[in-house]
Amino acid sequence: MKYTKEHEWLRVEGDLVVVGITEHAATALGDVVFVELPEVETQVAEGDEVSVIESVKAASDILAPVDGEIVLVNDKLTDSPSLVNEDPLGAGWFFKMKLDDLSVLDQFMDEDEYNDLIA
Amino acid sequence: MPVCVFPAESGAALADELLYLGLNDLHVALGGKMVPFAGYSMPVQYPMGVMKEHLHTRVAAGLFDVSHMGQVILRPKGSYEETALAFEALMPVDVLGVKPGRQRYGLFTNDAGGILDDLMFANRGDHIFVVVNAACKHADIAHMTAHLSGVCEVIPVTDRALLALQGPQAETALARLVPEVAAMKFMDVGVFGDIWVSRSGYTGEDGFEISIPQAQAEAFATKLLDMPEVLPIGLGARDSLRLEAGLCLYGHDIDTTTSPVEAGLNWAIQKARRSGGAREGGFAGAARILRELAEGPARLRVGLRPEGRAPMREHTALFAGDAALGEITSGGFGPSVEAPIAMGYVPAKYSEIGTKLDGEVRGKRMAVTVAPMPFQPTTYKR
Repeated sequence: MKYTKEHEWLRVEGDLVVVGITEHAATALGDVVFVELPEVETQVAEGDEVSVIESVKAASDILAPVDGEIVLVNDKLTDSPSLVNEDPLGAGWFFKMKLDDLSVLDQFMDEDEYNDLIA
Repeated sequence: MPVCVFPAESGAALADELLYLGLNDLHVALGGKMVPFAGYSMPVQYPMGVMKEHLHTRVAAGLFDVSHMGQVILRPKGSYEETALAFEALMPVDVLGVKPGRQRYGLFTNDAGGILDDLMFANRGDHIFVVVNAACKHADIAHMTAHLSGVCEVIPVTDRALLALQGPQAETALARLVPEVAAMKFMDVGVFGDIWVSRSGYTGEDGFEISIPQAQAEAFATKLLDMPEVLPIGLGARDSLRLEAGLCLYGHDIDTTTSPVEAGLNWAIQKARRSGGAREGGFAGAARILRELAEGPARLRVGLRPEGRAPMREHTALFAGDAALGEITSGGFGPSVEAPIAMGYVPAKYSEIGTKLDGEVRGKRMAVTVAPMPFQPTTYKR
């Protein structure tokens, strides 16, 4: 598992990368009440605002961590946005991306580095 | 993902100028997440989180520390009536008609008919007790001092905490400490030893506001929190509770640019102060306010129900087709109504319940319908 400084986690699953937000981020946001997911089969560039997460407190953007194609989204979040709080690293995933080259993930933090960031 | 958690947090740089509540240590010990609000370090939520705090208040009892609000005594130099009549010059409200032991909602208006603040005031027999919003309290005290000093002393009460206990089990909980409160009705006030109680609040629930000497406040709050019904509730849930109840937040839903009639607060303007009433007009902004009561205002505050689950927040622009109508002044997710809810201002002809409008969210027009308020039925003990 890799982590971005925007508090997203990235997990390789076959040739795809699954993207979600960390438990730290989910806790800081508070109760999530709405998630706007990206369209599937769209090409996105690193830093694009691809998704929106609304908590009881505020709206936040989810950025594409890398260039690639959105191939799957977690439709369950539409009806059950609270999955982001209940299981941020599992059932609360946001989308899956296909990358040209998985080695771009090497630039991101590992778990220890991320834990240092939020400590 | 930029984790911008609560708008008020942007004021964190001012931390060294922040004021601290008398119960600050208790909030911190309870795990309160403290944020700057109206110049005070305030708990926005406790570990349970806004959603659960909100729902707990609707089914049991929530304890809020609202000690940042201004408490003021108006002590007549002459008769009570003289002070009440002078107070009426500041508000389109029947002050004289409030009986001893009763409280009423009031609004300070300016000469243009805008709202300077909203407040609660009570007839306590030989004086008036006033509670005003934290962000306005210094201006309000100056305003009252400037206009009322001839007839009464304007005395800020600074040595008392103000607690709100709200929810269907608030009576059960508070009556263990102050048995007399069980007999109170909505908007009654009572003085029980050192403790001043009103049966009111700002959540839409039955409940109480309790003014207590600072030295006794922590022990009193702790006794309440030790009861099974009572949990501490932060500002986040206070906001979602009052929004579901359709209540205005000063500085957002009402301000110096909105008149009481535009804000739909006609119920706060009693007959005695209206055209043809016993003490018609004679308050700041009367020309505009009486005209709007007679002819209807150009725009109105309405309840709004966005379609789908996406909240429409404050400053969301409202449209009918291409016509820009106004904007949302408060909006979010209603935990009890389980849907996004909002309020905002639209021209009168778009204010009918059921009118379909659009709100612009992140550049996209989303459907929103004018809806009745409160969004959640109120449960005041009449």
